Amino acid sequence: MNYDVAVIGAGVIGSLIARELSRYNIKIALVEKCSDMAMGTSKANSAIVHAGFDAKPGTLKAKLNVKGTELMPELCKTLFVPFKPVGSLVVAFSDEEMATIKELLERGVKNGVPGLEIYDQAKLREEEPAISEEAKGALWAPSAGIVCPYELTIAAAENAVMNGVEFIRNFEVKEIDFNGGEFTVSNGETEFSAKYVINAAGVFCDEIAALIGDNSIHTVPRKGEYMLCDKSIGYLAKHTIFQCPSKMGKGILVTPTVDGNLLLGPSAIDIDDKTDVATSADTLSDILEIAKKSVPCLNTREVITSFAGLRAHCDRDDFIIEPSEKNEQFINVAGIESPGLSSAPAIAVYVKDMLLEKLEAEEKADFIPSRKEPVRFRHMSNEERKALIEKNPAYGRIICRCETITEGEILDAIHAPAGARDVDGVKRRTRAGMGRCQGGFCGSKVVEILARELGVELNEITKCGGGSKILYERTK
Amino acid sequence: MLNYDIVVIGGGPAGMAAALKAKECGVDSILILERAETLGGILEQCIHTGFGLHYFGEELSGPEYADRFIQLVNEKKIEYKTDTMALQITESNIVYAVNKEDGLLEIQAKAVILAMGCRERPRGALNIAGTRASGVMSAGTAQKYVNIDGYMPGKKVVILGSGDIGLIMARRMTLEGAEVKVVCELMPYSSGLTRNIVQCLDDFGIPLRLSCTVVEIHGKDRVEGVTIANVDEKLRPIKGTEQYIECDTLLLSVGLIPENELTREVGIELDPVTKGAIVDEFRETSHKGVFACGNVLHVHDLVDYVTLESQTAGEGAARYVLGKKDAHEYITTKGVNGVRYIVPQKVNLKNEDDVKLYFRVGQTYKNAKIVVKYNGEEIISRKRPRLAPGEMENVVIKNDMLKGFAADGVIEISVEA
Amino acid sequence: MQKNIICVSCPMGCGITVELNDNGEVASVTGNTCKRGDAYARTECTNPVRSLATTVKVKGGIHNVVPCKSAGPIPKAKMMECMSEIAKAEAKAPVALGDVLIENILGTGINIVATNHCPAK
Repeated sequence: MNYDVAVIGAGVIGSLIARELSRYNIKIALVEKCSDMAMGTSKANSAIVHAGFDAKPGTLKAKLNVKGTELMPELCKTLFVPFKPVGSLVVAFSDEEMATIKELLERGVKNGVPGLEIYDQAKLREEEPAISEEAKGALWAPSAGIVCPYELTIAAAENAVMNGVEFIRNFEVKEIDFNGGEFTVSNGETEFSAKYVINAAGVFCDEIAALIGDNSIHTVPRKGEYMLCDKSIGYLAKHTIFQCPSKMGKGILVTPTVDGNLLLGPSAIDIDDKTDVATSADTLSDILEIAKKSVPCLNTREVITSFAGLRAHCDRDDFIIEPSEKNEQFINVAGIESPGLSSAPAIAVYVKDMLLEKLEAEEKADFIPSRKEPVRFRHMSNEERKALIEKNPAYGRIICRCETITEGEILDAIHAPAGARDVDGVKRRTRAGMGRCQGGFCGSKVVEILARELGVELNEITKCGGGSKILYERTK
Repeated sequence: MLNYDIVVIGGGPAGMAAALKAKECGVDSILILERAETLGGILEQCIHTGFGLHYFGEELSGPEYADRFIQLVNEKKIEYKTDTMALQITESNIVYAVNKEDGLLEIQAKAVILAMGCRERPRGALNIAGTRASGVMSAGTAQKYVNIDGYMPGKKVVILGSGDIGLIMARRMTLEGAEVKVVCELMPYSSGLTRNIVQCLDDFGIPLRLSCTVVEIHGKDRVEGVTIANVDEKLRPIKGTEQYIECDTLLLSVGLIPENELTREVGIELDPVTKGAIVDEFRETSHKGVFACGNVLHVHDLVDYVTLESQTAGEGAARYVLGKKDAHEYITTKGVNGVRYIVPQKVNLKNEDDVKLYFRVGQTYKNAKIVVKYNGEEIISRKRPRLAPGEMENVVIKNDMLKGFAADGVIEISVEA
Repeated sequence: MQKNIICVSCPMGCGITVELNDNGEVASVTGNTCKRGDAYARTECTNPVRSLATTVKVKGGIHNVVPCKSAGPIPKAKMMECMSEIAKAEAKAPVALGDVLIENILGTGINIVATNHCPAK
């Protein structure tokens, strides 16, 4: 196959870039080494849309964060992705930290962040009743929000596919050759060609760049562990609650999620192994201790799961979004750590503009900006449910009891453009298995439905692609 | 809108027994709502024998035990809808449910019997560190794969938790050719029935390690091993006792939680210990006309007791529907000194019958005494050669004794070593 | 010789002490709380038996397998051998609860019977 552009990596960055480019009459491939999109950093992060006061003024981070945060609400609306403009608080526990948040406010003003304000203790407690009595005040940023990061990624990729992008999953790029005019991209077995390559491979950006001899990028995976708490204590944070930032990042936050759970984390530990997303008991207990500094009544009883993600930290203290010094047709989008998610919509536009300077392309008249609105049975009124089941009885069969997810929603997830192929894919698209029982009841039913719809045996269904099989052979 | 005298939510052993009893007591208009494809509940996958010794006086498998009730439900022409999920109960006892055929059902009930059963605690609740590889599942999920679907969920197995499901699955996996390396139990005792330890572990030479837990899960795609460690008296892992065990599967049998989402949403008062509703001797909850029985009320070890309790609830619901309302004057029950909880939590003094109080102890005892006190005064004392958290106990309060109590009194049950 | 065993006849799980004479015959049974315990202890020391519950493969049923059990106890030592024998069997749907799936398994005189229904697909 021949493409004009190959985007390597179907995380939030790659998927949004692919979607942005799909507005034009060019042939695009979105290449992913895993069985699904959003399998790396994009599925395990704080899910925060940052206001943009952290980054040094003048940096790409500062510019793209503020712009991305501005674009986010509308983009989420268009793509039917959950987004909540909850605002954020940076809490100060000492006079020294009160000075720090004032500095942050000034920096934020320089970056163009709207609506920043310092709350005193009384106002803070009024806004956030569960906050520690030790808290002296906070920086309030109304433009911050929370989003579902993997759903944003999935929606962007789905929409890109609807607009002609080819989603190539399970394709691990191992070789890239350049013949003077275009690249040949290969996984060691099959190959395709592309005139332009966009390297959006997250923590693997350095390795992908190295395939064309570009050794300028040094990615250090920085692990962040999180704990997710039951919805029953979701009320403990109304806004995203940060502590004052340190050299390693924005520290441990306590935040509501778009689904009403409470999220604690992340830790920040630089590691060597880019596939190591294991959690450790010590780190998790540290996280809880630090989170309790903000919200003292937290405890482990309500934790329903924990997980870890890796940020693609680069030694150059800014996003790296530029053509490779080795090849003008190869664009690196590297070092996209926080505020990468917040910046993603702006990064996509930025990369598109960069590419359009090189590549002649016409805007399509028939670009479809939105995807089909996903059915969310759990959010419907009884009247809506009634009408829905009358139209399609599959919505009358509840598969996931904890989250009230119907068979119809699971079928939609499987049959969507670039749909789900494994249990985690169904889970991220529908929330089946994300509730209190964590798939105890519905897991086997989801396996059954996937096998039936994909026309394979039960033991061919995996948790998340590769060797993550769930079942061995028949008992007899 | 449909109208029924009694809507039973859940068609497992609890729901069926309650419905049958209500029918026997003279209520004809009964509807059972069951979310699975068939009646029978979790018994359908519990293919081992040992059910029914108390109730039927013979040893049945789970499906056989269920089938006796399914036959009766059919014989007595009690209506039921399978593949039907109850979504909501309202203040005025309207039940909303969905299925493929009827779509959204709106059912006005005079009385509702909650019989939704329980679910297993997942890994997340334990906060086990490590990867999120495939191959970690609850013992009950594995049981379904093996016994209903006929697939092996793993070959080399470590089981965390020595509850009955964990023990039963240790044997089941072994019989099907898997190697069960060890069963780890956090507590210094097993919460499973003794006979299951003998028949499921000892018979097959499977080691049971008490005061031991899984501290880390290894493996990228599929589980490749786990690290286990001993725990101290505060149940914290002891550094230096870690041991790596190669395996492809970790089964969790770490406790059951009553499924009280519907109960909570309608505002029914729950017992923080049982995680089920607070009920009176007819298993009526704090919401008028709503009864609860079986594992949704408190987790039972024997289905026979579920049946008996559900019959009580069925009778209670029938009395309510038929307007046989007693005057109400409650005393409360309270487990103290070794007794974790008592069901029912309150007893109506105007009740005409004896009342059986079910309770569970928090640790194992040998040659201990169960003491029942009324307002601090000992009224019953019973010797027990053996008490264990895994086995539910009961004492009967005779009706004439009950008649001597005054409203707002407290019955306390305690263990004296 | 003395043997300590735990009775598995019912959920009580009584601890029983069996006194064996030099010929390996049971001399006395103590610790049991019912007659079944006595009987269990005697068999357990001479010829231990267990009931076996597993599944049999089904052809054309709504499920791949149907649960089954030994209609009576079988020698404990023969359990795994019975499993291999059962693995070879295949029932044809529909299967009804109580259907004999294997007669007189391994000459034990015990049948393997279905413990649930498995309707045809």
